[in-house]
Amino acid sequence: MSKSLFEKVWDAHAVRTLANGQTQLLIGTHLIHEVTSPQAFGMLRDLGLKVLMPHRTFATVDHIVPTNELVEPYKDPLAQAMMDELRKNCAQFDVTFFDRASGKQGIVHIVGPEQGITQPGTTIACGDSHTSTHGAFGAIAFGIGTSQVRDVLATQTMALGALKVRRIEVNGKLPAGVYAKDVILHIIRMLGVNGGTGFAYEYAGAVFDGFSMEERMTVCNMSIEGGARVGYVNPDETTFAYLKGRPYSPKPAQWDAAVANWKRFASDVGCRYDDVVKINAGDIAPTVTWGINPGQGVAITENIPDPAKATSDDERAGIIEALAYMKLPAGAPIKGTKINVAFLGSCTNGRLSDFQEVAKYIKGHKVAAGVRAIAVPGSQIVALQCEKLGLDKILSEAGFEWRAAGCSMCLAMNPDKLIGDELCASSSNRNFKGRQGSITGRTVLMSPVMVAAAAVTGKIADAREVFAVNS
Amino acid sequence: MALEKITSVSGRGVYVPGNDIDTDRIIPARFMKCVVFAGLGEFLFYDVRHTPEGVPTGHPIDQPQHKGAEILLSGANFGCGSSREHAPQAIHKAGFRAVIAENFAEIFFGNSTTLGIPCVNAAREDIAKVAAAIEQNPAIEVVVDVAALEVRFGADTIKITQRQSARDALVNGRWDAIGELIDGVPAVKMTAAKLPYMAA
Repeated sequence: MSKSLFEKVWDAHAVRTLANGQTQLLIGTHLIHEVTSPQAFGMLRDLGLKVLMPHRTFATVDHIVPTNELVEPYKDPLAQAMMDELRKNCAQFDVTFFDRASGKQGIVHIVGPEQGITQPGTTIACGDSHTSTHGAFGAIAFGIGTSQVRDVLATQTMALGALKVRRIEVNGKLPAGVYAKDVILHIIRMLGVNGGTGFAYEYAGAVFDGFSMEERMTVCNMSIEGGARVGYVNPDETTFAYLKGRPYSPKPAQWDAAVANWKRFASDVGCRYDDVVKINAGDIAPTVTWGINPGQGVAITENIPDPAKATSDDERAGIIEALAYMKLPAGAPIKGTKINVAFLGSCTNGRLSDFQEVAKYIKGHKVAAGVRAIAVPGSQIVALQCEKLGLDKILSEAGFEWRAAGCSMCLAMNPDKLIGDELCASSSNRNFKGRQGSITGRTVLMSPVMVAAAAVTGKIADAREVFAVNS
Repeated sequence: MALEKITSVSGRGVYVPGNDIDTDRIIPARFMKCVVFAGLGEFLFYDVRHTPEGVPTGHPIDQPQHKGAEILLSGANFGCGSSREHAPQAIHKAGFRAVIAENFAEIFFGNSTTLGIPCVNAAREDIAKVAAAIEQNPAIEVVVDVAALEVRFGADTIKITQRQSARDALVNGRWDAIGELIDGVPAVKMTAAKLPYMAA
């Protein structure tokens, strides 16, 4: 019987059925960070338990690390306490920790892939909702809570019910100046922020076939913003080429067998899906959000919605609430909205290709007067790659501050925060109220090149016009 | 590990209106700079309960007639956003024992169930009925009957739904799976042995 990748990976990792009907699912790879793991280790101690398979858990530090402060103790004692706690837990429970001194530290969803830890046909869990990122490799990757972090540490499994699978096909060719970020913002806008509840999203079609691994990661990363806990792309030659030679990838002697095994996990042609959605790539434009959830987006050429034109009471209430918070005028063009801050980085768009693409266009431009602009590589390795190519210089000369690796302004658990009601053009993944650290701060999500266009013009702008993008 | 069988939860209710109430709103990220969950209750909905200057805004959970409420009512897609267990922990530590909403985000729902907090779904108009009854009489007892799949308040009853696996786990006292998962460890090792990437 033909099966989807989700079903094959699930079946290969299903240990047994639990009394309540859920599956005890083996989690092959467990990634942890400082925010959601300390309580889990605390629970292990309380219960007198050990880590069952310490070689299958990998740790890094990302949410709380200051990006402009390298020496410990950090000025924020709470951040230092979390750092110390993770270091202590990893040492005591024999877990590999990609600490800042290792040169491999970074955002957990960037570190896993770049180390070759993230592999096709595997199950991955991490106490972070953007764990869906790893699905780009044909893995089934779940964001989990702290009690489940405990469960995975203690038993390498968790209790879970299977998800339905929705195939989202994007066919055709993306217009010039339209990026992976626009694809996922478009999908979320179309299917809604809870459209994916209960589903795994399988992304497919010509656009995904042609995407690099980094582009696939950008899309899978934001699956949860559409309500889907899991998002994945079937593994192919692009996947295998990316993984070859990475530190935790299979060694040369095992490589061919590993690739043959990985290929077996790809969805069978003609397998059954619970739902199929088809999107024409030509319909996708550079997309920006105007509201307080990632589904509230418009094409850069469109206007901010008008509650008077809403088609339901819910939509009307949603628009009114969002526009009141965002201080944006109903019905006006989104283009031209003044910005205060530009943020490049995050697990969505903090990889080498993101900075390469920005550097290509921003060279020779300057960040507009009065705009605070920061560029934060997603990992120490991304930072080094950028620095070798001189991208940090190009960004610095344009007026971006080049920082050290971390989550930075995506969620403001570190010193990088909005102040007052500053409006931020951001390459991150969430525009919730207060998300970027000020309770009146405003976030507008967009692709990195659109952030660059906003930074140099001081306004939300169409990067295709600002940078004369035509190929 | 014997866990309490959570068949029914009752107490006073409070209605927090709105759809898509995300986990950043339930517990802002800055309060997650901690290594234990203790004390999170006071930060529940913090940024909605206070102005930027720290002045209370009169949020429903702070209104005197709703003090001590144990049943939280809200709209659609409650708990969307991050996987932070800090969100249901804050709800629990603030004294809430059940949440009634139109529907819930996936990860939040699982996290809450594991903590023994029933999250039950009800139709919007039914939630409005309960909210109206609470408005009328804040002291009214709201009974969330997980076993019978109904909510009773005064002389009225509404139907609720809940995912079968969660309901089973709650009413049979196995909402925290750790004991059962540990029992399965020998089988876990056998499954892992079949997967090349799991080799030590």
